Amino acid sequence: MDNIIQTEGLSFRYEGSDTLALNNITLSIERGSFVAVLGHNGSGKSTLAKHFNAILTPTEGSCHIDGIDTREQDRLYDIRRRVGMVFQNPDNQIVATLVEEDVAFGLENLGVEPQEIRRRVDQALEVVGMEAFKLHAPHQLSGGQKQRVAIAGVLAMRTECIVFDEPTAMLDPRGRAEVMEAMKHLNRNHGVTVVLITHFMDEAAQCDRVVVMDSGSVVLDDSPERVFTQIGALRSLGLDVPQVTEFADLMRRSGINLPEGILTEEACVAEIEKLLTARQ
Amino acid sequence: MLKDITIGQYFAGDSLIHRLDPRIKLILTMLYIAMVFIPTNPAGLIAVALFVVACYGVSGISLSTVRRSLKPILPIVVFTTILNIFFIEGRVLVNLGFVQITYEGLLVSALMVLRIVCLIAGTSLLTYTTSPIALTDAIERLFAPMRRIGVPVHELAMMMTIALRFIPTLIEETDKIMAAQKARGADMESGGLVDRVRALIPILVPLFVSAFRRALDLATAMECRCYRGGEGRTRMRQMQLMPRDMVALVVTVAGLAGVIMLNGWLPSVYG
Repeated sequence: MDNIIQTEGLSFRYEGSDTLALNNITLSIERGSFVAVLGHNGSGKSTLAKHFNAILTPTEGSCHIDGIDTREQDRLYDIRRRVGMVFQNPDNQIVATLVEEDVAFGLENLGVEPQEIRRRVDQALEVVGMEAFKLHAPHQLSGGQKQRVAIAGVLAMRTECIVFDEPTAMLDPRGRAEVMEAMKHLNRNHGVTVVLITHFMDEAAQCDRVVVMDSGSVVLDDSPERVFTQIGALRSLGLDVPQVTEFADLMRRSGINLPEGILTEEACVAEIEKLLTARQ
Repeated sequence: MLKDITIGQYFAGDSLIHRLDPRIKLILTMLYIAMVFIPTNPAGLIAVALFVVACYGVSGISLSTVRRSLKPILPIVVFTTILNIFFIEGRVLVNLGFVQITYEGLLVSALMVLRIVCLIAGTSLLTYTTSPIALTDAIERLFAPMRRIGVPVHELAMMMTIALRFIPTLIEETDKIMAAQKARGADMESGGLVDRVRALIPILVPLFVSAFRRALDLATAMECRCYRGGEGRTRMRQMQLMPRDMVALVVTVAGLAGVIMLNGWLPSVYG
C-alpha cells in the first residue's frame, strides 16, 4: 500500500441538502507526501478533509485510509490513530488546562501506559519546539503556539498522516509562519504525510502537490509550478495566484523574459539577478 | 475588571503544598472546612486564620491574591455583618433609636466575617496550588467507587475539566463582546437595575452562540483524538501517596483536634 488515503468516486450530501457537497472525487494521497487542497469557501475542501478520518462517511463511493474503509464503524479508532486532524480555531481543540496534559489526551484515550505517554508527550513537544511551555495554561499562549500544541497532541499519537484544516486562518503572520515551519519539519524530518487544507496561495505553493477544488469537484491536481502557471484557470475559479507568480507573469507580458513556475520571492530574485547579469 | 476573578485559577509552583497528592488535598480541604465551622468564638477562628496564613507561607502564594478573590464576595460579607450587628440582642453598646448595636452582635459578626474570609482563603488555596485537571482527576479517583451506584463520575470530571479550561477563554470573549457592543453605542454603566440587566442581553446572546459553536468544535476535536468516555482510558499523571502526604494529613488532623479543644475551652458567642 503506497497510498495512505484513497478515495474512489466519493460523493457526499449533507442531510437535508439537495446538492452534493462532494461530487465523484477520486484522489490518492501518497505516504510521506505534502499535499495542499486549495479552494475558496464552499468548494468542499473541509468536507473532504472530514472524510479523511471518518468524521463524515461517503454517501456514495468509498474512502480508504491505509486500506481501511471509513464506513467500518468498529475500526473507527484504527483510522483515527492513523490520520490525525488539526483544526482552524486553536482555542476550540485544546481540551486540557495544561499544555502537557493536552498533548497526553489522545494517548490517554488510547489506553497507553503512563510511562510511555510521558515519553511520547515530551518527544512530541520537543518536535514542535514547545517543551519550554509544557506547564503553561493554553490561554497564556499565542495562536501559533496553541496550534503547535494541537499538532503535538496529534503527533504524540504517532499518526502517519495529519490533516490540517485551515490551521493558519485565525493566526497573525508570525503564527502562520510558525505553523507552516512545523508542518514542513514534520513532513521532511519525521516522514509524516501532511494534507493542508488552505485558501492561502503562498502556503499551497510550498507543498509538493496542489489539489484545487471547486463546487465539490477536483478541478486541478498537479505540482504547484504547473498549477500556479494556469493563472487564467485559477482566476475563473475565484482564486488568486501567489503574488510573486503574478508579478513574474506581468513581467513576462511586458516583454521581460522571466521563466514560468516562479513561486517564491527567493526564486524570483534569483531569476531577476540572472537576467540583469546577462544584460550586463 | 473581569480579569480580577481568580477563583479556579491555578498558579504553577513547586512548593510542598503544590506537590501534595491532590486527593489528599481534597480531603484536607474538607477537614479544613470542618475546622472553619467548629469555632464558636472569634479567638478560635483566629487560630484557624493563623493556620491558613502558615499554609500560604509554605505555598509561596502571596496573600494579596486572596484579597482579589475576596472582592467578589465583599457584598455578602458586608450584608451579613450589618444584619448581625443590628439584629442580635444583648448588651447594648450604641443605641440609635430604631436600631441598636450590641456587644454580642459585634462578636457574632466578627465571627461570621472571619469565617467567610477563612473559608474563601483556605479553599482557594486548593485551586491555587492544584492544577484544575489534577483536581478533577482527584475527584474522579476519589469518587470512583460511586460509579457502581450509577454516578457518571468520569463524565462529571470531564465536564468540570472542560468548564475550567474554557473559563479564561469565555472571560476573554466576554470582554471582547462588551467592547464591541460599547463601540456600537451600548450603555452598560448607567440606568437602574432593570436597565443594566437588559444591557446584558446583547452580551449574553453572542456569548452563548459562540459557546455552543465552541462546544461543537471541541466535541469533533475530542472524537478525532479517539475520545470514547472513561472506559479503557489511562492517565499520564499517576497518583502515589508519599510520606509528605501523610505528614500533611497528620498536621491537619492535629490542627482540627486543636481547634475542637480550643473551642471547648473558649466561651461561645452564641451564649
